[in-house]
Amino acid sequence: MGGTTSQLPKDLLSEYQELTFLTKQEILLAHKRFSDFTREGRNSPSPRVPMEKILTLPELKSNPFRERICQVFSTSDVKDGSLTFEDFLDLLSAFSDSATLEIKSHYAFRIFDFDDDGTLDGGDLEKLVNCLTGDTDDTRLTQEEMRQLISNILEESDIDKDGTVNLSEFQHVISRSPDFVSSFKIVL
Amino acid sequence: MDSVDAVFLPDRRGPACNPLLDQLPSYQSLLYRRKPSHEGSTKRRSSSQRGGRFGSLSNKWTSARAENKQKSATLQRPVREQPKTMEEKRRDREQRREQDRRLGGWSQWQRSMRRSLRRMRDDGLDLLRGLELWRGDIHVIEGMFGTGILSYFSFLRFLVLLNFIMFLLMFGFVMLPIIMAPSASGNVTSYISNSSQCSDYPSSSRQGLVVFHQYIADLLSGTGFLEQTYLFYGYYRVGGVHFPRFSYNLPLAYLLVTAAYLLLSLVWIVKRSAAGFKQNLIQDEDRFQSFCNKIFSGWDFCITNENASRLKRSSLLYELKTDLEEERIKQKIADRTRKDKCRIFALRVVLNVFVIAVLAGCFYCIYRATIFSQEAQMKSPTNFIMDLIFEYLPSIVITMANFLTPQVFSLIVQFEDYSPAFEIRFTLMRCVFMRLASIGVLLFSLWSQITSCEGSCPCGYNHKLYPCWETRVGQEMYKLMIFDFIIIGAVTVFVEFPRKIIYNYCPCGLAKWWGQQEFAIPQNVLEIVYGQTICWIGTFYCPLLPAISTIKFFIVFYIKKVSLVNNCRPATRPFRASSSNFFFLVVLLIGLALACVPVLVSIAQIPSSQACGPFIYYKTSWNVVPEAVKALPVGLRTFLYALASEPFAVSLFVITCLAMFYVIALAGAHKQVINQLREQLAMEGRDKRFLIQKLSYAQKRASAGHSSSSARSNRFQSTQSRENSGVFLVQPAPDSATQV
Repeated sequence: MGGTTSQLPKDLLSEYQELTFLTKQEILLAHKRFSDFTREGRNSPSPRVPMEKILTLPELKSNPFRERICQVFSTSDVKDGSLTFEDFLDLLSAFSDSATLEIKSHYAFRIFDFDDDGTLDGGDLEKLVNCLTGDTDDTRLTQEEMRQLISNILEESDIDKDGTVNLSEFQHVISRSPDFVSSFKIVL
Repeated sequence: MDSVDAVFLPDRRGPACNPLLDQLPSYQSLLYRRKPSHEGSTKRRSSSQRGGRFGSLSNKWTSARAENKQKSATLQRPVREQPKTMEEKRRDREQRREQDRRLGGWSQWQRSMRRSLRRMRDDGLDLLRGLELWRGDIHVIEGMFGTGILSYFSFLRFLVLLNFIMFLLMFGFVMLPIIMAPSASGNVTSYISNSSQCSDYPSSSRQGLVVFHQYIADLLSGTGFLEQTYLFYGYYRVGGVHFPRFSYNLPLAYLLVTAAYLLLSLVWIVKRSAAGFKQNLIQDEDRFQSFCNKIFSGWDFCITNENASRLKRSSLLYELKTDLEEERIKQKIADRTRKDKCRIFALRVVLNVFVIAVLAGCFYCIYRATIFSQEAQMKSPTNFIMDLIFEYLPSIVITMANFLTPQVFSLIVQFEDYSPAFEIRFTLMRCVFMRLASIGVLLFSLWSQITSCEGSCPCGYNHKLYPCWETRVGQEMYKLMIFDFIIIGAVTVFVEFPRKIIYNYCPCGLAKWWGQQEFAIPQNVLEIVYGQTICWIGTFYCPLLPAISTIKFFIVFYIKKVSLVNNCRPATRPFRASSSNFFFLVVLLIGLALACVPVLVSIAQIPSSQACGPFIYYKTSWNVVPEAVKALPVGLRTFLYALASEPFAVSLFVITCLAMFYVIALAGAHKQVINQLREQLAMEGRDKRFLIQKLSYAQKRASAGHSSSSARSNRFQSTQSRENSGVFLVQPAPDSATQV
């Protein structure tokens, strides 16, 4: 049970406060929730929690982008989506209330870039729409509707008309989208 | 896509890009750097099929350059605003501290001061956020229903705060001096009634043996023992409060506090809606990226409930299908023939006339009900229940009209053949108008009673029936507010809970047809805006009304939350959070504008009653201000007269018009520049692709002379690791614009 092993040292706490957008209470709460996962593991300095355990968090469980989120914030070499505590803090910081629009749009772009090639092309957009509407047969759009939708999206956001949305175009669209900041938020 | 763009085809499988494109500086600066790598080198997380070996040398060079450029650009921003891992942010911070140490003492001190100020500001904001009302409840609602319904509850919280501040204003400036006068050795000069007929105010407290239910009737209608209390205007028969060192002009304070709370509400609402205004007014494109908004900002990441997540997905699917459908309908509308257009126009005219007739009918009913109720109140009380019903008759009629007319409007609008989004907005606007105008009609009918006497009115108003007409108006507002509160509670308890019980436990067809309760945001918002409008109008006549309103909204929050969590399911038609915020505040502003009109008219036009209230010796309530200005020193007086004079008003108007024209011209010029830049950007992209195509064609020709596989160059080649040229063709060179 808890005790001294689950206490955050004070200087580390203030360092995290400076390097992220989280408040002291949020960092402590994140530490408590993260320690629940590492209690069973060995007490290494920066334990890495596998993706399956992270996905059991209630805040991520019903999110269609949960695997992408874990993969984007993971710093592991094998790209398995596992997170250390600092990765977890980075995740919460990007999704917090006080994060700037640039940070949120940067990470949103990376989450939506399913094939990690630096642009959102037609395949990425199709996967994105399927995530949003549900991936079963009766919740998908028809081929015709999907084509119409993707061409509308590209018409609205693709400024240099190359058929893909790169980061600057994405950030431009997001900056004029009033809902983005309030919807791109996860609070423990 | 024309043939020049044949270098990439978006719907092809596999990597479609030329490796040359990967070496461009603009691409390099967008590289991801999410690896906890050692100092200096930056490995690309690109797909493994690209020409890694060939490009690695130039990659390192371009990436290092890009890194330096980025570093200098981000030096001014705090470390945490960079999208890097924790490790890299730590290293950045250490680097900055190193640099700081090398700088002189002054800049070092400046930087540390800035850092500690930022930390203090963060701590302060933390504290404020912790004091926010209902944080936990709103978090729960957000998790279960998403941000659309959340906006309703944060709107409710805003109104609670607004009403509380209004109450503090009224209390602090009007009631506190009177209450504190005895303890602060002040002297309250009340008005002595002279013996004229206008100042005859019969006492309305009940004499003799009072039956218990009379007290309840008095509590619900503000008469009897409540009439001569701080609750109503009539109690404040105070000319001034004289403290030892200064004297306090209470009538002036009363009037100025009224103006102050109206102005404060206006400023606060406009400030809150400023962001929404910017987004909603600056729409230079027809569709204004509505699809992008829905796809990129469509998912509420704060939803934690599995059920809500499923419902959100289905509502998004529904919304996307409807929007795509609407696009097709718009196309159909554009294809309409002239005969069709005439027919639809005639139909719309007829239906609008019908709507106006319905509205006129409702207003007439309210007028008659008010007059009947006023006449019934003049007679002596007979039956307790009947008396109460007569007192509340205007409120009952208004509530019934507001219940029936939305159904009628939503039925009518289906025949008018508008696009679905416009239909919803139009119906809503009609409902808003109906709700808020009904209060206006009530007040108008009251005033027609008050200012109508047989023969001439010696006091300017009907002093026989209404010795203190402001108190009477205050009582009507008080009754409206109480009845509104009762109706909200009663509907929740007697309609929504039984509906849920029937839906859950009764398997009959009626239950399935009626369906589960949906939390209809527009109707709920109209309800609370209606309540707030009553509060704004009524505070002048009933100074404690903001306090009652605060308590009412406080309780309504919990009623609505309980009803939402237990009875309702999320709406199938999703309500965007941002546009809903804008919609709420626009409706609230309309309410405020409509509330200002009766208050200003009664202050400036209708003579104040001479039997009660602070304005006994003034002709109208407004006359306090000129009298007070006359008592000011000469310089200030002439300044204020100059401000109120016509030349000043005209020149102010002209200057405002000029400023507006300038700003509009500036916006037009900016729009033009933006369009030009857009075209330029698209053209630059095509230039780039054209040049790369020429380059690769030239390279191919050069390598065709060396290698023996020139015959295969016309066919599509997959990416294998080719040492010499990181080039592959996707198509034979097009014949249009690239002939050498």
